[in-house]
Amino acid sequence: MSPATVRSKTADVEKDASMRKQKEMMAAHYDRLTSAPETGEKVCSTFVPGNINELIGCFDLVNNLPEVNAIQNGLRRTSGQYVLEAEKIGHSEDVCTYVKSDIGMLAKGNVAPNGKPFPNPDVLLLSYTGCFTFMKWFELLREQYKCETIMLHTPYMGDGKITPNMIEYMVKQLREEVIPKLERVSGVKFDIDRLRERLGRSAQAEEDLVHVLNSARRRPTPIDAYFGGIYYIGPIFGAFRGTEDAVEYYRFLRAEIDARVAAGAGPVTPEGDMAAEKYRLVVEGPPNYTNFRQFWKMFYDEGAVVVASSYTKVGGVYDLGFRHDPRRPLESLAEYCLGVYTNRSLPMRVDMLSDYIEEYGADGLLINSIKSCNSFSAGQLLMMREVEKRTGKPGAFIESDLVDPRYFSAANIKNRLESYFQMIEQRRAGERSAA
Amino acid sequence: MSELAAIVDRAATLFEDLHFSVAREWKAAAPGRKVIGYMPIYVPRELIHAAGMLPLGIVGGGDQLEVIHGDAYYQSYICRIPRSTVELGVSGRLDFVDGMLFPSICDVIRNLSGMWKLMYPNVYSRYFDLPQNYRDDIGGNYYARELAELRDALGALRGAPVTDEEIRRSIAVYNENRTLVRQLYDYRIAQPWQAPAAEVYLLMRAGLVLSVEQHSELLREYLAAVQSTERPRRDNCRVVLTGVFCEQPPLNLIKSLELAGCYVVDDDLLLVTRWLTADVPADGDPLQNLALAFLHHSESTAAKYEPSQKEKGQHLVRAVHRSKAEGVIFASPSFCDPALLDRPMLQHALSEAGIPYVSFKYAENSGQMQPIREQAGTFADSIKLWSGQ
Ligand code: SF4
Ligand code: SF4
Repeated sequence: MSPATVRSKTADVEKDASMRKQKEMMAAHYDRLTSAPETGEKVCSTFVPGNINELIGCFDLVNNLPEVNAIQNGLRRTSGQYVLEAEKIGHSEDVCTYVKSDIGMLAKGNVAPNGKPFPNPDVLLLSYTGCFTFMKWFELLREQYKCETIMLHTPYMGDGKITPNMIEYMVKQLREEVIPKLERVSGVKFDIDRLRERLGRSAQAEEDLVHVLNSARRRPTPIDAYFGGIYYIGPIFGAFRGTEDAVEYYRFLRAEIDARVAAGAGPVTPEGDMAAEKYRLVVEGPPNYTNFRQFWKMFYDEGAVVVASSYTKVGGVYDLGFRHDPRRPLESLAEYCLGVYTNRSLPMRVDMLSDYIEEYGADGLLINSIKSCNSFSAGQLLMMREVEKRTGKPGAFIESDLVDPRYFSAANIKNRLESYFQMIEQRRAGERSAA
Repeated sequence: MSELAAIVDRAATLFEDLHFSVAREWKAAAPGRKVIGYMPIYVPRELIHAAGMLPLGIVGGGDQLEVIHGDAYYQSYICRIPRSTVELGVSGRLDFVDGMLFPSICDVIRNLSGMWKLMYPNVYSRYFDLPQNYRDDIGGNYYARELAELRDALGALRGAPVTDEEIRRSIAVYNENRTLVRQLYDYRIAQPWQAPAAEVYLLMRAGLVLSVEQHSELLREYLAAVQSTERPRRDNCRVVLTGVFCEQPPLNLIKSLELAGCYVVDDDLLLVTRWLTADVPADGDPLQNLALAFLHHSESTAAKYEPSQKEKGQHLVRAVHRSKAEGVIFASPSFCDPALLDRPMLQHALSEAGIPYVSFKYAENSGQMQPIREQAGTFADSIKLWSGQ
């Protein structure tokens, strides 16, 4: 099949501003992290889903996110050797490869993307949200670093709702466990007004992010909400929510996307603008990072664009209305943790994906099932059938892994995608002849 | 058939019956009776009992169930227990079950709770969260309220609230059962040749489908019968079997270990039957008592957070010492993240304590026991050699 895209390199000042900004933020962050031993700053490791960044920031702690490090290692193609290293030192081939990438990296010198070694964390903040593996992961790290470990247990939204008991449990943990321990580790006294300020900034950035995500309802969509979306969520899911930097990044990004809308432009791909949008998809599940570019190309070469995705909701579901609220600081942090995508019950996930298909005018649901991620993957086959049933749109299922290159089979995935696009064409032809 | 053989035979029949006839009969014996299914590792069966319902333990389909539909629900890289549980559901074997509880053990069971809601919208089902914070006023209060929610839901199901008095009575009935289970485990520690691992397993499995009163009776009968029987003593080494808390190993695997020269003197099979390690006070606030028992007197397993680095793995070291074991066998279901991620940390704790171990994986439907028998046999030989030095 011939590429459906005609690419033009648009010189877009706003776009450059947001990209440049993110790059600078990331570089500065890694420098801050790796120079912590000299500056004396304390380091707090925590997870993306349920990260309570605003609180961490109140104690002047530098935030280190092992999942983001695993992603970086996937993109840089170093994760494969780290996974093997972890297996060599006794970790099972069956378990989450994020964990193994992290443990393997540690065994091989713990080198950050800037080439300098990561400092040992002063505290592991085990925000236990939406994935059981987190608990084992930090128990494993605690064994290595022997540092203080704080558990913040987020109950699962099994019945599709947040109950007062859940909120009370979480707020009590925050007030009586997390905050006193962070005070002790950091030597900084907790100031609730500082937290409020940060939460206010979070809400501002969240507002702009939602504006960007919602733009994909348009035809053509100005963004790709999966491959592109991963860049857009970087600052808010990473170490920056609650900072001025994040506010500024999302302001730039929003302006950039508004400009694309005004110009009637489609999404940006690594090879320039995507001109013709042929298929609009909703995607469930994380991407593959070891062959990210190759994976993405399989979509844009065929004119397929992702208009909404669940992965871009793992660090917070903002498009359904949640905002951090400075008036209810601890309650709001609790609600944030409870509401992240992987902490939502399967029926809630099915509702969300079905609604996306309707609201974003998608042709169907594509699931990228991750071999080593039970949190996402267990139940996805039923989810696909449910979404198909509810929306009448066809679904497709592909399999890969986040950071283990052994499980990326380009030929298989490409075949599946091509058949899926053909299926969508046939469905359209059927609909046309029925009309 | 001897009395002992008859008891074991009865337990084996219950184990093989994947239509759960005994639970169906229990339900049919009186109008309005209800059955509540639950998955590993722990649910407060006392509450279900207090509501006049039968708690029914469901641990997959083992190696006797042909999975026809279940595979269409799961990718190849997910463990077996959810697919065979779905098979039990889809094939109508659970059509008499009025409710399902999915305790907090891992993402797979957690997601299965949602699948159950989608597949059986008219059946009461609940993901049953367990606290990972062990302070009385934090995790304890949270859990007591979760218990209250469950009690209310069960009350609604039967059409009348479940009273404190009913729960207290049930706690006492389960205390009696816990005592008998402890006696059986202690007896096996003292004379493992008298109570083979496969028999003990079958007896504990019977506790998943029988009413607690019937199960206690069965345990009493077994303990009496086995003590009046002399059985041959082999030159086996003594091991603790661990990692088997969710998807169950095939019965043949358990038998193979003993044939290979290992007496299993402790295990984490069917944890629900001895999750609470001490009796629960049968007076006072029953929900508070159950909550505190969970916080302070419950088993350690991969699904539970261990707040202290120093304590990590020590429950296993203690189990080895308590049962006078000479080594540990790690057996875990393939693709089981909790068990497999926990394993290296437990192994480190054992190494530090100078306790030998061996590790392998299984699936509930593994057929080939030869490799496992060989591994266990080599392990047993090495232990004997080592202790003989
Ligand atoms: S199992 Fe999935 S959600 Fe959990 S840490 Fe691994 S990749 Fe992340
Ligand atoms: S066997 Fe392991 S991964 Fe599978 S359901 Fe049980 S605890 Fe979860």
